[in-house]
Amino acid sequence: MSRLRAALTPYALIFPGGLWLAIFFVVPMIVMLSLSLQSGSVEDGYAFTFNWHSYADGLANYHDQIIRSLLYGLASTALQIAIGFPVAYWIAFKGGSRKSVYLFLLLLPFLVSFVLRTISWQFLLSDNGILLGPLKDIGLLPDGFRVLATPFAVIAGLAYNFLPFMVLPMYVALERIDPRVLEAAQDLYASRFQTFLRVVLPLSLPGVFAGVLMTFVPATSDYVNASVLGGTNTTMIGNVIQNQYLVTQDYPTASALSFTLMALLLVGIFVYARALGTEDVLEVAAR
Amino acid sequence: MRQGLLRGRGLQIYTWLVIAWLVVPIAVMILFGFNDTHGRYNTAWQGFTFKWYGKLFEIGDLTQALVNSLLIAVLTMIIAGVLGSLIGLALGRYRFRGSATTNVVMFAAISCAEIVMGASLLSLFVTLAVPLGFWTIVISHVMFSISFVAVTVRARVMTLDRSLEEAARDLGAGTWTTFRLVTLPMIFPGVLAGSMLAFALSIDDFVITNFNAGGTVTFPLWIWGATRVGIPPQVNVMGTLIFAAGVLIAVANALVARRRT
Repeated sequence: MSRLRAALTPYALIFPGGLWLAIFFVVPMIVMLSLSLQSGSVEDGYAFTFNWHSYADGLANYHDQIIRSLLYGLASTALQIAIGFPVAYWIAFKGGSRKSVYLFLLLLPFLVSFVLRTISWQFLLSDNGILLGPLKDIGLLPDGFRVLATPFAVIAGLAYNFLPFMVLPMYVALERIDPRVLEAAQDLYASRFQTFLRVVLPLSLPGVFAGVLMTFVPATSDYVNASVLGGTNTTMIGNVIQNQYLVTQDYPTASALSFTLMALLLVGIFVYARALGTEDVLEVAAR
Repeated sequence: MRQGLLRGRGLQIYTWLVIAWLVVPIAVMILFGFNDTHGRYNTAWQGFTFKWYGKLFEIGDLTQALVNSLLIAVLTMIIAGVLGSLIGLALGRYRFRGSATTNVVMFAAISCAEIVMGASLLSLFVTLAVPLGFWTIVISHVMFSISFVAVTVRARVMTLDRSLEEAARDLGAGTWTTFRLVTLPMIFPGVLAGSMLAFALSIDDFVITNFNAGGTVTFPLWIWGATRVGIPPQVNVMGTLIFAAGVLIAVANALVARRRT
């Protein structure tokens, strides 16, 4: 009796939360897949008709936005690695006793709402705002110069918003490197550069991989940065999905696009995991 | 050697520049909460004032939105805190069939694009004709927070020494007594950290809320709606106060942790 109870305990513990996730996370995915294959309208109702047209139409009409999203996602992720790696490196090896202070400073943006942060950048970068205005007044920049509504603004905004997610895992990986390994490399007459290239860099890669996993998905699927910092030529697939769901209310097309995005991201993660060896990524994911 | 020193210094300056880049928009937000602007437009510096701190709650809709956000965050913290902790305890403590599936679902929920989660949940609500509003927001926030709480608590449970619980049982404590007097106090730091994470995720969420809010407005949604007409200084003040509360909690937490060790 008590043995049975012991065997059932984990299931009892999981049940309420698991049920919540099943009903509000797993089932909705299936509902969305079904909705993407239906035809009809909000007024007349929908019927399930294996309407693959939603996918064909969605891809035909919005392939620009899909490709742009992937490009922006990749560009911002690359930018984050370039900006973040030296920071993670310096904090891990030279941060000394104040490491946690630097990490705290890196995390400060998360204490301000994501939307508010992005709007703050819009304000800073506006065409005649406090940054560009004075530069234009003294003639350093031409009057027509603008940052907002350019791809650069959107990519930089994405990089800004997700940078801490990139730096933290890289820092964790670098922090773990045993200093004796570096000493060993130098004892074996490796130059500083060689030590970095052949010891530090390979050992830091799991952190970079984890960082990419944590930043590529939110960056690619984001629509806040493109709306606030971008213009009509920088709309991403997230903007389209949001608009189709909440404004046009063309649910079949919207859910087809949403499903396409999810499939692309899943395939991306899968290919990425295979290319790097699944174990690494799963190990990182399990943390 | 000299060159190495220079390089170290260069990286230090670079790190501070990146930190400055991260902090600039926050500084601007705080500063313009003190701007003595007269109209609704808070775009040019007009002089220093504290008046917006006095007029903080003068915009009824905005105040309501902040109250909604806080209520939703507290409810999410409690519900996701309890449900997530139970899952974390089960995963960290027991080996059972289905634990791998649970881990996969949680990893999927953590790594899934927010917009896909928001859109699919909206698809469910639309299909079942569930009216959108306060409670659908709470449902969605609990949904995306549970996994984060569970992962945090699981990490804590895995570091625990099981012999303490066995000792309690040897001394005659029943299952419930052991849990209440031994297990719970030991995992409590994890439960607290997970619940606070749920609160933070909830109060900041925009994307999933945007999909499932209906006519209910939260703080991020209100700001989003106001972007085109201009953000009033009250938003800056509220953002500043939330930021200050976050900093205080983090610093207090660090001090407590330092004292313990």
